[in-house]
Amino acid sequence: MEGFLQQVVNGITLGSIYALMALGYTMVYGIIRLINFAHADVYMIGAYVGYFCMTFLKLGFLPSLIIAMFVCTLLGILIEKIAYRPLRNATRISVLITAIGVSLFLQYGMMFFVSANVRTYPEMTGIMTQSINLGNIVISMQQIILVSITIILMILLQFIVKKTKIGKAMRAVSMDKDAAELMGINVDSTISFTFGLGSALAGAAGVLVGVYYNTINPLMGTVPGLKAFIAAVFGGIGIIPGAMIGGYFIGAVEVLVAGYGNSMYRDAVVFAILILILIVKPSGLLGKNTREKV
Amino acid sequence: MKKLVGLGLTYVIIQALIMTNLISYYLQDTLVTICINIILAVSLNLITGFTGQFSLGHAGFMSIGAYVCAFITMRNPTILGFLIGVFAGALAAALMGFLVGLPTLRLRGDYLAIATLGMSEIIRIIFLNLEITNGAAGLNGIPQFVNWTWLFIFVTATILGISNFIKSSHGRACISIREDEIAAEAMGINTIKYKVVAFVIGSFCAGIAGALYASYFYYIKPDLFGFLKSVDILVIVVLGGLGSISGSILAAILLALISTYLQSFPEIRMILYAAALIAIMIFRPQGLMGSRELSLELFGKLGDSLKSKKGRV
Repeated sequence: MEGFLQQVVNGITLGSIYALMALGYTMVYGIIRLINFAHADVYMIGAYVGYFCMTFLKLGFLPSLIIAMFVCTLLGILIEKIAYRPLRNATRISVLITAIGVSLFLQYGMMFFVSANVRTYPEMTGIMTQSINLGNIVISMQQIILVSITIILMILLQFIVKKTKIGKAMRAVSMDKDAAELMGINVDSTISFTFGLGSALAGAAGVLVGVYYNTINPLMGTVPGLKAFIAAVFGGIGIIPGAMIGGYFIGAVEVLVAGYGNSMYRDAVVFAILILILIVKPSGLLGKNTREKV
Repeated sequence: MKKLVGLGLTYVIIQALIMTNLISYYLQDTLVTICINIILAVSLNLITGFTGQFSLGHAGFMSIGAYVCAFITMRNPTILGFLIGVFAGALAAALMGFLVGLPTLRLRGDYLAIATLGMSEIIRIIFLNLEITNGAAGLNGIPQFVNWTWLFIFVTATILGISNFIKSSHGRACISIREDEIAAEAMGINTIKYKVVAFVIGSFCAGIAGALYASYFYYIKPDLFGFLKSVDILVIVVLGGLGSISGSILAAILLALISTYLQSFPEIRMILYAAALIAIMIFRPQGLMGSRELSLELFGKLGDSLKSKKGRV
């Protein structure tokens, strides 16, 4: 039982990362129907910015996190402006290829500048090194901080989407782009804002992963990116609470399969879940079935 | 008739170039890559370009063909063994395509892409963990039977087979699904059946390509058939133009030549490749050929339009 609870704690930690990334996928998909493959590499760049701030600028954890989120926001907006905006009316497959192109560009560009070597985050100090023992379950301070930052960011996101004017615009554009435009909403800037918001969350996830797992490299984004996307599909793509639930679910499944089954097959199990959910309920856990109109 | 002469000439010229050593071993590798990529791209074009079903898992079927062929030729290293290996590999890939396609082809667009991507990752992970496939280290020392003659036979067979399929009534049914699935269904076309047929033919050819790959490069490992390989194939198809077989062939040749040229700058090779991809998609999203085919008549038309322009001036 204690072993199981310990796995659940680890699963929640990993799930937080997936949930943060899944939010970016789900928002972008909701608004322009694009699987943004470059999202995973924005996360990687977030991790590198955090590394740079902590190692060379000797900044603390929180300032590094905020700087990384800010840089990633700019990067997300820039990517949208250069690569996706000219293709607003092109077929979806060509936008998807562009997204893959951007992803490769960021990965190999980063490899060119910082080399393919694995980098190690600096040792944490003070409160970050402590841990709490509940019976035999160990919860490290890092896990608590990671999960609480994730929850704070999610609440903030819910607030922005539900209560602010720009959030209302985002929801309107994702429902019907043309109608939103007729209502006087600036669609382009709303889409830019969505990319910025999603990328900020990915940047935060990058720094948190760096702090928690210590090692980062230029190709670190690909696999978590796919899993975060699966999490978004699982919860119902385009639905923000769905991405959060999906993220925690995928994180928990992965840790439990690694803990009790064969850890080599944990990725296969995640993909099998994806295929099952797509066959049984393609609109995802929280998605509504839409009737097809002719 | 003209086509047959053209094909024969292509074969003889390249065979002569190989025999006189004008095509070095290094260039032969490029030639083999081009041929394998043509098979892969043309078969994916049948699924994605003509039937309109977005698949991101073509490398998975390729890996099945490669492994099956490798097993058989390693146990039975004769020409007959090689041929059995290629067909067994292709059949195994087709069977897998049937099993995967039947449930997932009900999905639309991006969902299908993600499901096929997941499927090919599962295949890769299974190969990675099985004893018989030697895990991540892969299989080494597969007997080499593939030469230009075999490649030429298989490439021609694939291209002719698929282009004839498209011209048949079955192929028309597939194209109608791409244009409008609901309208096709209303016209009495069994859409699920034709989608599965296209998917199975596509995976059969991918299996052939995988088998040829294993037999030429005599070394395979699961990582060769990852997500990036599927993307590579899709890039060829989209670059050549969705729904254009000659476009796929042109793009396969073009990309292989670019990639060979860029070998001399290994550090920035992938950066340039990615940048070129983005630029091509932004400036020519319909691909090189659109959905047109390259043919002698097209040159004729081009000549006519040039003449008429000159006439007007």
